[in-house]
Amino acid sequence: MHISEGILSAPVLISGGVVAAIGTFIGLKKIDLEQIMPVALLSSAFFVAGLVHVPLGPGSVHLMLIGLLGVMLGWAAFPAILIALFLQALFFQFGGFAVLGVNTVTMSVPALCCYYLTRPWIDNRKTRPAASFIAGFLAILLASLLTACALALTDTGFTAAAQLIIAANVPVMIIEGCITMFTVGFLAKVQPEILHLEYA
Amino acid sequence: MTFEQFSDGTSFLHRADPKGKLISTGVLSLVIALSQTRGTALLGFPLAFTLVLAARLSWSKLLRRLFIVNSFNLLLCLILPLTYTGGKTVSLIGINLSSTGFFLALLITVKSNAVILLFISLLATSTAAQLGHGLQQLRLSPKLCLLLLFSYRYIALIQQELFRLQRAAGLRCFQPKTNLHTYRTYSYMLGMMLVRSWNRAARVQQAMKLRGFSGQFYSLYDSGGMRKSDLLLSAVLLLAGAGLVVIEILSI
Repeated sequence: MHISEGILSAPVLISGGVVAAIGTFIGLKKIDLEQIMPVALLSSAFFVAGLVHVPLGPGSVHLMLIGLLGVMLGWAAFPAILIALFLQALFFQFGGFAVLGVNTVTMSVPALCCYYLTRPWIDNRKTRPAASFIAGFLAILLASLLTACALALTDTGFTAAAQLIIAANVPVMIIEGCITMFTVGFLAKVQPEILHLEYA
Repeated sequence: MTFEQFSDGTSFLHRADPKGKLISTGVLSLVIALSQTRGTALLGFPLAFTLVLAARLSWSKLLRRLFIVNSFNLLLCLILPLTYTGGKTVSLIGINLSSTGFFLALLITVKSNAVILLFISLLATSTAAQLGHGLQQLRLSPKLCLLLLFSYRYIALIQQELFRLQRAAGLRCFQPKTNLHTYRTYSYMLGMMLVRSWNRAARVQQAMKLRGFSGQFYSLYDSGGMRKSDLLLSAVLLLAGAGLVVIEILSI
């Protein structure tokens, strides 16, 4: 859900940059030298997951796993997402330099919300499947809402395009919900300590 | 799979110091992205194009990249005239098309191409490792630079792990379709990828600890500081940025 370069207005770009900088600063404060390695590896896993296309009807959608990342990293999701987006911009020119802040915010804030809203339920074995589905679903819902807001705040003429984005992302929300639910279940069985890392 | 398609070359932009390139890209792309007038965007584009020419990149790779970016812009050119509310409209075979929306889409296209060409010619001509060290020398947070360098280092490896899992699934006649079985299989593959990345992180962590890692990389890639040519390049680019700002202010 990248907004590409050249669309957003100056106030939106600047406020996005400021929020992203604050979030990244807090996120970096929460991780120490010992934890840099796992965060970096999750950041590259997030990058790679963005290259995976899962089928949806005749087409396909690429995964984002924002919810999963948020649940695993908490505040550290900010720097992890910033790095993954910077590398995507460098390698594929998805998004660019000036919108890096806004794109970081539209993905990290949902990740953080998922952390605070669903994390307690994920730690509980009984509510884990439902909570992780909601984490995946909610992350994409919030991310598309924030993207739509960024567009609508730029120019009222974009309102229709913004509504289109939210509508187009409904199937993605369901898929991300399923994928997050199964992945969390898998991790809980195979290597539960991965789910216990949290830097919030 | 190599991600960095533009980083090996022999032009002076490839050899230039990443610090200067980072600063000038930051300034120039901000100026172009924040500009509201047609004049700035129209002058920014030839500037970026000249830089791409100077970087002597492969045209086929460049056009492929621009094609992906511009397919989105094309979509915008088609949607905006139909959905844009307010501004002037032109009636064409009974449909009201907003000319304001169309010109806005054109402006966006020019701006996004200019910024992306800048990004390719100035930043993508360095490797992510060089940029990471450049950012470190620019006194960006050391932790963030470490995160960048480590993620960059492990992306290709993690992707290979995922390819291996996909190949294994393919050998067992897994065919992706729109059903829950497919999503569950993909989740387990991703989960396995995370498990392996996690364990790899732990091993690397131990190995680095053993070698007394204290949070700082000492790079063999030493650009030898800013040379005269680097200073000249940055000065010219920053002056161009200042010129664009002046044009923007004058034409508002």
